[in-house]
Amino acid sequence: MGANDTQRLLLRTVQEALPLAPTVRLRKVHHQAGDGFVRVGIAVDALFVAMARSLGFVGLVTARLAGLVAHPARLRLTALVHHMQEVGLNAGPIVALMGFLIGVVLAFQGAAQLRQFGAEVFVVDLIAVSILRELGILLTAIIVAGRSASAFTAAIGSMRMREEIDAIRVLGLDPIELLVLPRLLALMIVLPILGFVADLSGLFGGGLMAWTQLGISPSQFRTQLLADVGVGQALVGLSKAPIFAAIIALVGCYQGLQVKGDAESLGMRTSRAVVIAIFLVIVMDALFSVFFAVWGV
Amino acid sequence: MMEAETVIAIRGLTNRFGKTVVHENLSLEVRRGEVLGVVGASGSGKSVLLRSIVGLMTPSVGEITMLGTDVLGASVAARAGVSARTGVMFQDGALFSALTVRENVEAPMRETLSVGAATRRALADLRIALVGLPPTAGDLFPAALSGGMRKRAGLARALSLDPEILFLDEPTAGLDPISASAFDTLLNSLREALGLTVFLVTHDLDTLQATCDRIAVLAERRVLVTGTMAEMRDVDDPWVHAYFHGPRAHAALAAVGEY
Repeated sequence: MGANDTQRLLLRTVQEALPLAPTVRLRKVHHQAGDGFVRVGIAVDALFVAMARSLGFVGLVTARLAGLVAHPARLRLTALVHHMQEVGLNAGPIVALMGFLIGVVLAFQGAAQLRQFGAEVFVVDLIAVSILRELGILLTAIIVAGRSASAFTAAIGSMRMREEIDAIRVLGLDPIELLVLPRLLALMIVLPILGFVADLSGLFGGGLMAWTQLGISPSQFRTQLLADVGVGQALVGLSKAPIFAAIIALVGCYQGLQVKGDAESLGMRTSRAVVIAIFLVIVMDALFSVFFAVWGV
Repeated sequence: MMEAETVIAIRGLTNRFGKTVVHENLSLEVRRGEVLGVVGASGSGKSVLLRSIVGLMTPSVGEITMLGTDVLGASVAARAGVSARTGVMFQDGALFSALTVRENVEAPMRETLSVGAATRRALADLRIALVGLPPTAGDLFPAALSGGMRKRAGLARALSLDPEILFLDEPTAGLDPISASAFDTLLNSLREALGLTVFLVTHDLDTLQATCDRIAVLAERRVLVTGTMAEMRDVDDPWVHAYFHGPRAHAALAAVGEY
């Protein structure tokens, strides 16, 4: 053969690595009629396991929270304030801008419809009720879920990847108390405030549009607002904020703690955190609507 | 040599993950003052063993006694008491990324010692100097450190509470040969000076040769054999033979003139 030494060495290496005779190839499994059922079954099983685990996590966090109430000195004040700034103060501008634009859109669309009946002045009720009761807090929660649930997952997940969580536990400290509780409490404190900011800027945006497009003066807007809507609607909306906050923080932290060693799982958990948080916020909002309707609030 | 006191005793340890059995009826003893090197193929459960001992995971079956306390059956307080007498250094240091090196070293003291901030700071600076980091390193964040410095900082944190037992997870993995041998030297001098017992998980034959009194080989889901480096070379098991007679083992031994 005309092979030189290097080529012969290569040939020998390949020969050693390859099996002598081709082994029996496994037949490719064909798709069967029952496959769909199997997939559904696996998905349902995974869903229930995941639900059980997250319920366990909620229970654990609740227990630690109760422990914190018993010993308030254990609260990490620095971390709490840091997270309040991060998820609250820094989200202020975007939340305010969003609220303003929602107000503008509602006034525009509402005016076009109401003008047909000559009932332009009721655009005030439309804007106020929809923003104060529903949209202000719901859209704030969605923005915060996108911003902060992902940030929580990424931060805690990368700590898991670097074994920082293990180091915390080896030092006899509790990752829930150190990492989850400050984030949870920070979000529960700042989300109502952010919701309030969204309410105010929404009313401002709507009022501005009502003034320029429909000729409803600011004082008229104010009179109509106080007479027809009142502060109760705003309180109904804001009462949902702590629940939304808890959902967002718990989902973000839980997904972060589920991160395995590789970067792929960090990315997957981060996007999952946002999807689940937003989904649960909307589900909870629907439940609130039913609840408030039944109770006549 | 007199038979030294046993500080870690593992008996009948079994670890299972689903159908995979990592350890089965594993037993191992660590004596006071020795450096025990734990070696084994990837996936032989070295890290799982370390994590079981330091309490990061609960074994399926078995009994672990550390410093006279049955750590699996102990109360939370007793467990914490034992933890305070041990230090763990993780593979890449596992420093808290939000804290500076000094704050990292202070973190364990903050929880267990009731000393003032100035004393704590001084103690932390002492540890930082002890592991051979420059004094300026204390104010740096972990992200600004090189791999070798991160490991040293992790060691400083592990030494924070003056532990009796030190656990090291692959301390020289990923270091260049000069840093790795500097780490070996550091480990030897610290162990002399502080009277440490060291549980060392490693792949590094040079580290085994330079620092370990005894070596335990994990294979077939248990501790296959323990003994000194010299004794390892007479073991018949094919994996052990390949490990301690490979070209890298020869190089490690040649370096100290034993081959």
